[in-house]
This record gives sequence, C-alpha cells and structure tokens, in this order.
Amino acid sequence: MTALDEVQVKDGVDQDTVDAVSALSGNYKYGWETEIEMEYAPKGVNTDIVKLISSKNNEPEWMTEWRLSAFERWQGLEEPTWAMVNYPDIDFQDIYYYARPKSMEEKPKSLDDVDPKLLETYKKLGIPLREQAILAGVEGAEMPEEGRKVAVDAVFDSVSVGTTFQKELEKAGVIFCSISEAIEKHPELVKKYLGTVVPPSDNFYATLNSAVFSDGSFVYIPPGVRCPMELSTYFRINAENTGQFERTLIIADKGSYVSYLEGCTAPKRDTAQLHAAVVEIIIEEDAEVKYSTVQNWYPGDEDGKGGIYNFVTKRADCRGDRSKVMWTQVETGSAVTWKYPSCILRGDDSQGEFYSIAIANNHQQADTGTKMIHLGKNTKSRIVSKGISAGVAQNTYRGLVSMHPKAKDSRNYTQCDSLLIGDKCGAHTVPYIEVKNNSSRVEHEATTSKIDDDQMFYCRSRGMDEEEAVALIVNGFAKEVLQALPMEFAMEAQALVAISLEGSVG
Amino acid sequence: MALPQIKADATKDRLIGMAIPACGAWATTARQDALNRLIAMGLPHKRDEYWRYTDPALLVGTEVSPSDALRTDTPIFMDKDKVRLIFVDGVFDADASDDPTLEGVEITRLVDAQAADVHWAQGLYGQLETAGQNPVDRPLAIMNTAFATDGVCIHVTGKPSKPLHISYRQSSDASDVVLHHVVKLDAGTELTLLETGTPGARSNVVLEADVADNATLHHVRPQGRAHNRAVATHLFARVGTEATLKSFTLAMNGKMTRNEFVADIIGDDAVVHVGGVCVGDGKDFHHDDTVFITHDALNGESRQVFKKVLRNAATGVFQGKILVKAGAQKTDGYQISQSLLLDEDAQFLAKPELEIYADDVACSHGSTTGAIDETALFYLRSRGVPEQQATTLLTLAFLAEALDEIADEALAEELRDRLEGWLARHG
Repeated sequence: MTALDEVQVKDGVDQDTVDAVSALSGNYKYGWETEIEMEYAPKGVNTDIVKLISSKNNEPEWMTEWRLSAFERWQGLEEPTWAMVNYPDIDFQDIYYYARPKSMEEKPKSLDDVDPKLLETYKKLGIPLREQAILAGVEGAEMPEEGRKVAVDAVFDSVSVGTTFQKELEKAGVIFCSISEAIEKHPELVKKYLGTVVPPSDNFYATLNSAVFSDGSFVYIPPGVRCPMELSTYFRINAENTGQFERTLIIADKGSYVSYLEGCTAPKRDTAQLHAAVVEIIIEEDAEVKYSTVQNWYPGDEDGKGGIYNFVTKRADCRGDRSKVMWTQVETGSAVTWKYPSCILRGDDSQGEFYSIAIANNHQQADTGTKMIHLGKNTKSRIVSKGISAGVAQNTYRGLVSMHPKAKDSRNYTQCDSLLIGDKCGAHTVPYIEVKNNSSRVEHEATTSKIDDDQMFYCRSRGMDEEEAVALIVNGFAKEVLQALPMEFAMEAQALVAISLEGSVG
Repeated sequence: MALPQIKADATKDRLIGMAIPACGAWATTARQDALNRLIAMGLPHKRDEYWRYTDPALLVGTEVSPSDALRTDTPIFMDKDKVRLIFVDGVFDADASDDPTLEGVEITRLVDAQAADVHWAQGLYGQLETAGQNPVDRPLAIMNTAFATDGVCIHVTGKPSKPLHISYRQSSDASDVVLHHVVKLDAGTELTLLETGTPGARSNVVLEADVADNATLHHVRPQGRAHNRAVATHLFARVGTEATLKSFTLAMNGKMTRNEFVADIIGDDAVVHVGGVCVGDGKDFHHDDTVFITHDALNGESRQVFKKVLRNAATGVFQGKILVKAGAQKTDGYQISQSLLLDEDAQFLAKPELEIYADDVACSHGSTTGAIDETALFYLRSRGVPEQQATTLLTLAFLAEALDEIADEALAEELRDRLEGWLARHG
C-alpha cells in the first residue's frame, strides 16, 4: 500500500489517526486461501442454474417458483448507476453462482463430521467452530467469570458448513440455523417472512440475490425471549470467480432481544469478486435487535487490482410498537461498497439507530449510509456516520430521513463527518431529508465546530486549552460509537479508538 | 417506456413550431448550438434525479397555465435612487424605463446586441450556461439560450453611482416569457443589480454574470407576489480572484418556482454568498432552491443560507451542493437550509450535498426542520405578547440570518417589512 507516512497530512490530523487507518487497511491478514476440492455449478446464470441451486438445497416448489419469478424480473432490470462508485462492467455470465466444498455433499450431521480443512480455515480466521466460551483471536479481551458464549453460523462460499450451540439455543426456543435448513425445517416461518422487508422486486442486486441466494443464516427469537448468547455469522469467500449471494432473515418476536454479529473475509486475488447479500430483519412489539458488522472483505491491492464488490441490501422493519433496531458497522474492506442498512419505523414509539465508521484507502470506493423511514407516531432515529478517506479512495455518505405525514412527534438527529488523509482522496455527503409533518424535528449536522458549548465550557474551566478540549470531546464521541460494538470486535474497535476526527469536514 | 425515450418524444413535441429568433451571425451560432444541445439532452422530467422533488411539468409544458396579472407594478425600493429597466410581458419598454445612461455602465438591449455582427456579449452569451451544464443537466437554461426573446447586456466598467433595477411587469394572464441577461464586470468594478416583479404567467429567466478579479456584484431579487405564476430562473456566475458575488432572493407566493444558482469560483480568495427566503401558504405553493457552488481555486469562501416558512400544505425544496475540486485548498464552505413548518400539512424536502476532493478545507452543512419552538412562544405569551404577534416575531427572528446576507441595510429592511406584512396577512 501507499505508505501513509509519506503523505503530507494537514495540520490538525493527528498521527495516531493516520497510524490507525494505516494499520487497519494496510496489511490484509486474511488474504490466504484454503486448498480444498470444490464442486461448482456451471458458470453464468439462467433458469437452469436457479433451479439447480434450489434443488441442491432440497427446496419445496414454492421456493423454486419464488426464485424463478425473481430471476425473470431481474432480466428486465438495469444495474443502478447513481452511486459514486466506478468499476468495470460486471459480466454476470462469467461468475460461478454456486460453489461448495466436495465434502459438503452430504450435509454433516454434527460439527464433528465437518471436513477438518474447513474447521482449520475458520480456526485460522479466529472463528473456531468449537462450542467454546469465547471466540479466539480477541486478544486482550477480558474473560467474564461465567464465560461469554457466541453461537456461530459459518458460511463458506455458497454453503453453511455448520452452526454451533444449536442445542442450547433450542432449549431457549431460539432457532438459529442456515437458511437452507430453515426452508426445510421451518417452511411456515420462512414463507411468512421472507421477502416481506426486502421484496424480490426491491433493486437490481436484491432481485438477483432472491433468484440465486445459496445460503445464509436464519434466526427466530420467540416472544419474550432474551437470546441467551450472541449470534454470529461468518462469511468466507474462498473459491475464485465465485459470487457469494447470501440471505439472512432475522425475526424477533414480541418482547424478545438478540444481538447479532457478522464478519466477512476473502482471499487476495487479482480479479474482482461479487458479493450481493440481502439481510431482512423483522422486529415485533417491544422487541430489540442489535446488528453489528465488521466488513473486512479483501479490498484489492494498492493499485486497485482485485477486491470484493460488495453490493448489499440490509433493512430492518420495526413492525411493532416500541420495537428497536440498532445497526453498527465498521467498514474497512471491499474494493467497492454499496450498502445502506435501513430502518422502517412502522410501529409507534419505535426506534432506529445507525452507527457507522467507513474507512477507504488506496483505490477503495465506499458509498454507504442509511435510510430512516418514519411511519409511526413518536418514532426516533439517530444517525452517526464517520467516513475516513486515504490514498486515492472515495468515501460517500448517502442517506435518507423521511418523516411521513402520520409520523407525528418524531425525531431524527443526523451527524456525518468525513476526514481526508492526503489530497488525492475524496469525501462526499449526499443526504436526502423529506419532512411531511410539522410536529417532527429533523436535524442534520456535519461540522466539528458544533461541539456542545457546555462540554467545551466545562473542559475549558478545568484549564484545558481549546484544542485539547475539542480532541477530548471528539474522541469521547468516537468511543461512544465504538462501545456500541460487541466485545468480539474489540480488536478492530481498539484500533479505531485511536482515530480522531479532528480536522474533519462536514 | 424508458425515460430517455419519453424525454426525447416530449422535447420533440414541445419544439414543434418553435423557431430561433432572427439575429446576427454570432448569436445565431450560439442559439443553434443550444438547440442542438437541448435536443440531445431533452427537457427535464419528474423522474430525473435533479427533479426528484419538483415536477417540471408546469415549466416545460406546451400550454401556459394562466396567472392573473397584477397590473400595477408593486412599488418597491422607491426610496432608492436607481436606473429602472422595465420589461412588460417579457418585452423591453423603453418609454416606461429610465434613461439608461449611467457612468461606469454600458447597457445594450439583448436584441440589439444580437443583431450586431460583433458584440462583447458574444464571449458570455450561452457560455457560462454551457459551463454550468457540467456535471448536472440544466435543460431549461439551454432552452432559454436558444429561444430568449429579450434581455439586457450590462457591461460594468467602473463604479456606477446607483443600482440598476430590472423591473418586470405582467399585463397578460397567459404571457410566456423567456429572458436572458448578460452581465460583465471588468476587474475592480462594482454593481448593485435589483431584479423585481413577475415577468409573466410563466417565465424562464437566465442571468449570466462574469465577475472579474476584484469586482463586486450585489444581486437582490424579490420575485413578485402573483399567486399562480410559474417561474424558472438560472443565475450562472464565474467569479475571479478576490471578487465578490452576493445574491439574495425573496419569494412570497408562487405556484411553481425553481431558482437555480450555479457559481464557479475560479480565482483565489473569492467570496460567494447566496441567500434566500421564501414564505408560502397553501397547496398551490411550491418553491425550489437549487444551488451548485464549485470551488476551483485557493482560499475561497462560500455561504448558502436558505430559510423557508411554510403552511397549509405548502412545499419547500432545497438542493444545495458544494463541490471542492482537487487543489482548492483552504476553502471555507458553509451551507444551511432551515424550514419552519407552521402547521401539520406543510412539507420540506432537502438534499444538502458535499463533494470534496481537497483535504485542507472547512466545509459544513446543516439542515433542520420543525415547528415553532413552543418554549419560546410560551415565554413571549407569558410576557403578554399576543400569540399572532409572538409567532410573527419568532418567525422573523428565524429568517434574520438569511436577510443578513443582504449587504445594503435599507434594502434588507424593506424586505423585512414586506415579510412582516405577509406574515400578518397569513397569520
């Protein structure tokens, strides 16, 4: 990578920040590949491939039909071009849509039956598929006395290779399995909820995903249940020229709670690879879902060669009154990111939050943000977005806040800051604000000078000079965002704490 | 049907029977070029991203939606000594206008300038408009360049002692007006340009302004008070080293208004301020401020301050963008758009954008929407101020930041009084 220390950095940007960005995006640690015998469907996409994927997953007919109708629709769609990202045309017929390890032909009955090579892969990634108390690789994380448990669903190219702690979760009534398994075992739930938040007609990539998704995770938390452990899915792309199309469906029934983590990595390759996922979350009355992502797909090399094209549709539907969703994302990977985790605040008094740190270095391009659609009364949303650009990267915040006429007494607060390290990169902000009633308040701010006067006064009255005070307050703020992340992301989070947004622009 | 085809067909239909006005060689070339560009680009459509919040139908349709002509010129800026240039239904009225002789300014009617084979306006007419088409299409302005029937060319060579006042009058309920003005300020010169009134039932006005090094242009534009008018304006400016451009627009009433302001800062240490206040009552009010400021030089300062007061299903739109090009270091860009919604049905739609390619800049934008602050209202009521008066007071306080953008205090004061009157009538 371009050494960031060679870059002329303007006054006000501190060295810790530069170092942290450099460390995070510099040496891609997960770029190795697992040598394993794979089974591929023929390259390209057509109705036969869609049917093949469906049959590989032993799907019922309604599911196959659902896919086929999505595929038919997709053929009439055009790729969206409105995002501030540039990449060569994608040849959708030059991609493998289905790739699974040979050893997965027979679904392993338990983790003990899983190919050791696969287990080794995840172990190397720091995600061992053993039912142990805590994820390895979180150095320095303190171990709580009774141990912290995290259930993992591991997705390798097109298939889920195993899900841990299923038995224990079952005792609590929680269903956590791959989506292919859910379609087989809980068709009534899948049929009821799939495509109700992100319909197959939603957008080009979501429609493609609806046709060809091969696996993903499924979560159902029954009424009144607080999920006894954190759930997580780890996505690994390994095979070359393969697209990964996973689908995640999370249902939090009345009064339930779950915290869900998502991680992803891919080997270093010279050619770009496509990843087009869909995540749907349904939140009923009084339920709460936290969804955290550390997106660390291979970003390409310093000349912009290779990397993952990450076109993702994520949306949460707060259907019930007083329901709550919180998206937290740390975006450090991918050559191109196109991702807008959104909240539909349908229930009265429902709440949506979006915290994002997006770091783009070298030739990375990120166009990311959120949508807050306020439909119910007294709904609240908060958006905090920090974008950091270095090298020749482009980083765009794109978001929508919409207050519908019936969303009386609602509230939104948005803050998005951008930091540029070096004079070859770009930072952009494209917010859409649509307010259709007057009892709601919407505030969009994007300045560092807008630091709370009381906080400033407090610090100054304790003898700090202005610069120190600003640094303290801004850093404190970044920490607050990072603390929203579960501990499993502690490593990344620790490094990010060093990032200061002093000197940032709106 | 795909959008490009729909637009191509609509444009073809619209152009039936329209011909470029007869002029001299240079103007014919500029207009023909514009017509070619218009055919290639197509007229705007509500599905265009840039028209997301404003349906251009009223502005582009073949039929003009009628608007009652307020036959008397609203008396405005009467205390100000000025040179008035009067346009009635888009045609220059020499008899009603003042003698256009003023030291430091050379004024030519557009039709005269374009009849000539050589004229200084050649270097600007349609030129700044063309530059302003990148990166966003502004087809209404292209249409204007092709078909404008009148306008003034103002060449500022010194510091004239009084402002120029372009005053519009409407006499026909169905007038469809296309005006194009060109303003050229030589280095070190100054001009205050007032632009007032309603040009026609429907109007499309373009102003191209070249502000050379160290020059200053003040532009103040109250847009008339006709209820059913449809207005599209474009101000294209090029701003040189240490030059200043300040433009302020006041809109009260108006079924459809789209004001685009496009400024290119090409010289170091230049200053561009653009401000606007609009007040609207009723579902027949739609006001759109679209601003695009490009910083392509060092140490530039730009401010966008837009305030809107809306009630009874009135709609306000703000699309603002600051583009800081690579190398435009030390840019100071500020943008604020705020709306006060006086009742439940009013709406405000905003897209405040930043696009930044330089690292040593200070750019910020803010946007807020909400009702009148209940606590402040309660405070005033508890001190014995009647509710209506308290609301007016708080509303004027809300608008003050934008009115402060007007450099001439007397002008600002007069506009403030007009706003107060409007608020009293629409309380």
